[in-house]
Amino acid sequence: MSNILVIYEIREKNIKKVSFEATTAANLLARQLSGKVSALLLGSNLGSLTDKPGVYGAEKVYTIDNPALEKHSPDVFAHLISETAKEIGATHIIMGATAMGKDIMPRVAFRLNCPLVQDIIGLEVQNNKVSYQRPIIAGKLRSRVSLQSEIQLATIRPNIFQAQENKVSSEVVALAKDLPTPRVIVEETLATGGGKLDVTEAEIIVSGGRGMQGPDNWHLIENLAKTLGAATGASRAVVDSGWREHGEQVGQTGKTVSPNLYIACGISGAIQHQAGMASSKYIVAINKDPEAPIFKLADYGIVGDVKEVLPKLNEEVAKVRGE
Amino acid sequence: MNIAVCIKEVPDTETRPKIQDDGRSIQKDNIKWIVNPYDEYAIELGLQLTEKNGGEVTIISFGPKTIESTIRSALAMGAHKAIRIEGPKDVADPLVTARALATVLKDKGFDLILFGKQAIDDDNAQIPQMISEALEIPGASVVVKFEINGESAVAEREIEGGKEKLSFTLPAVISCQKGLNEPRYRSLKGIMMSKKVPIEEVNVELTGENLIIEELQMPPQKQPGRIVGEGPDAVPELVRLLKEEAKVI
Ligand SMILES: Cc1cc2nc3c(=O)[nH]c(=O)nc-3n(C[C@H](O)[C@H](O)[C@H](O)COP(=O)(O)OP(=O)(O)OC[C@H]3O[C@@H](n4cnc5c(N)ncnc54)[C@H](O)[C@@H]3O)c2cc1C
Ligand SMILES: Nc1ncnc2c1ncn2[C@@H]1O[C@H](COP(=O)(O)O)[C@@H](O)[C@H]1O
Repeated sequence: MSNILVIYEIREKNIKKVSFEATTAANLLARQLSGKVSALLLGSNLGSLTDKPGVYGAEKVYTIDNPALEKHSPDVFAHLISETAKEIGATHIIMGATAMGKDIMPRVAFRLNCPLVQDIIGLEVQNNKVSYQRPIIAGKLRSRVSLQSEIQLATIRPNIFQAQENKVSSEVVALAKDLPTPRVIVEETLATGGGKLDVTEAEIIVSGGRGMQGPDNWHLIENLAKTLGAATGASRAVVDSGWREHGEQVGQTGKTVSPNLYIACGISGAIQHQAGMASSKYIVAINKDPEAPIFKLADYGIVGDVKEVLPKLNEEVAKVRGE
Repeated sequence: MNIAVCIKEVPDTETRPKIQDDGRSIQKDNIKWIVNPYDEYAIELGLQLTEKNGGEVTIISFGPKTIESTIRSALAMGAHKAIRIEGPKDVADPLVTARALATVLKDKGFDLILFGKQAIDDDNAQIPQMISEALEIPGASVVVKFEINGESAVAEREIEGGKEKLSFTLPAVISCQKGLNEPRYRSLKGIMMSKKVPIEEVNVELTGENLIIEELQMPPQKQPGRIVGEGPDAVPELVRLLKEEAKVI
């Protein structure tokens, strides 16, 4: 009997969407391994947040509610997660492959002495054996791995497993746990770009490259992003030129994204850029060079000048959005 | 300051990897090997800190004898010492690498242990956090800004939509992200010097791997895309396709 524990991520009093996606992935495992799904919420003043995991299929909702958990301290969270996993006899631990998840889960793995597979994009169960699929070498290859351990740990890439509602009656169990002294203090969280939607969390990304010809043309990207409810991204050439912040950079040395739609504007499509966005579900390229490598990757392309195409695109999208 | 920088040898970013006949590893010939690009931010940080505060930077890498030239390439940036921990090239389980590194790092009295935020071949982003746990010292990952004031330090790490400002005391583990600094070029003098630095060899007992690579595959090939048209005139058709065919807007 397997017991799959999903670690919920709470930021600014909200549950991150990837936590529901992780619960959906956990349901998939639970069905095939005849097990059950539990959730763990760590935070302060959790309130009605504890109702949510049940909507996605978690039968037990464990909580550790403590003012000191308002901000995440990696070692404190790792301690609480590993202690809880041992206490409830978890067989699998799943968390989102976010900044927080990727930081904490290797620590949990070390504490439990069980391996972790990071940033998975697929799961498969055969004869009770789970194999995890993940991109390696910046997405140039896929690796299928299995874990030989008492507890299996995985982080899932956001936006890959579509969260599916699967309402069950869930029981909330408050755990009393002493908190260790944190080794690292989170002093504050600084929002960049005025709290805009981050590329790793967006369903649509409008991304600009050197072909945008300067920061003065970025309103073309921003306007379209606004109409689409999208995040804005950038190539490294643009970030290195100081036109945009590094937080927006997509690619091997930037962020890895998998939105439903990625619109590449004046981006050539260098292999290091592809590394960050090739797993997008649909890719649109706008580039004046018909030979640009990005067109090999794009589902739809327009050969043309971004300064002419983008305003028109914004206008037409606004029309269909308005319908 | 006594600073360790852990580096990994990885294939150059331009590499188009091929899968070996065993279906579980990549072909090693014809690969240009480099210092993992994120590790160069770590080396640069180590060099800047020792230039300011005195002390030494020790490059540490776990792998076979063949990685020596990559260790020298790291030294050529200006590091002072190097240690190679003997081990195989393809270790899939990060716990094995982390334990081997921790054994060597443990009693050396390093004030700072620096890493790249992830290796660009296995893309694990695990070793630095594991070392922080193994040595039971503070660890900050994906760091884009770092400052030391005496015994304590402040770091900013990248998170979704912003940054987190952390404070902690030394010794500590830092994993470095692009944006932290600009790694220096290797000077001719640096390259000459690096040839003279002895690389200390260490053997440690390795633990068994519990993360097993079953299979490597090429990612599914995308259908060749479609050029919808030229210039703004093609836009209405593009929008129709996005709405009716792809159903993404
Ligand atoms: C170790 C390493 C890591 C890297 N990491 C990354 C990374 O994370 N992300 C990343 O993006 N890159 C990365 N790169 C850099 C990468 O190799 C490319 O240099 C970069 O992606 C190019 O950016 P670009 O497409 O904006 O610019 P360019 O390659 O200069 O392309 C500009 C494109 O715009 C088109 N264009 C010009 N004017 C117009 C116009 N008016 N209208 C329409 N189209 C126009 C041109 O035809 C061209 O295709 C990395 C490189 C290395 C070596
Ligand atoms: N074999 C190794 N030897 C030394 N350092 C390593 C090794 N593998 C990984 N590292 C370090 O750990 C960081 C993160 O690697 P990874 O967890 O594999 O993504 C790298 O950027 C290196 O700094």
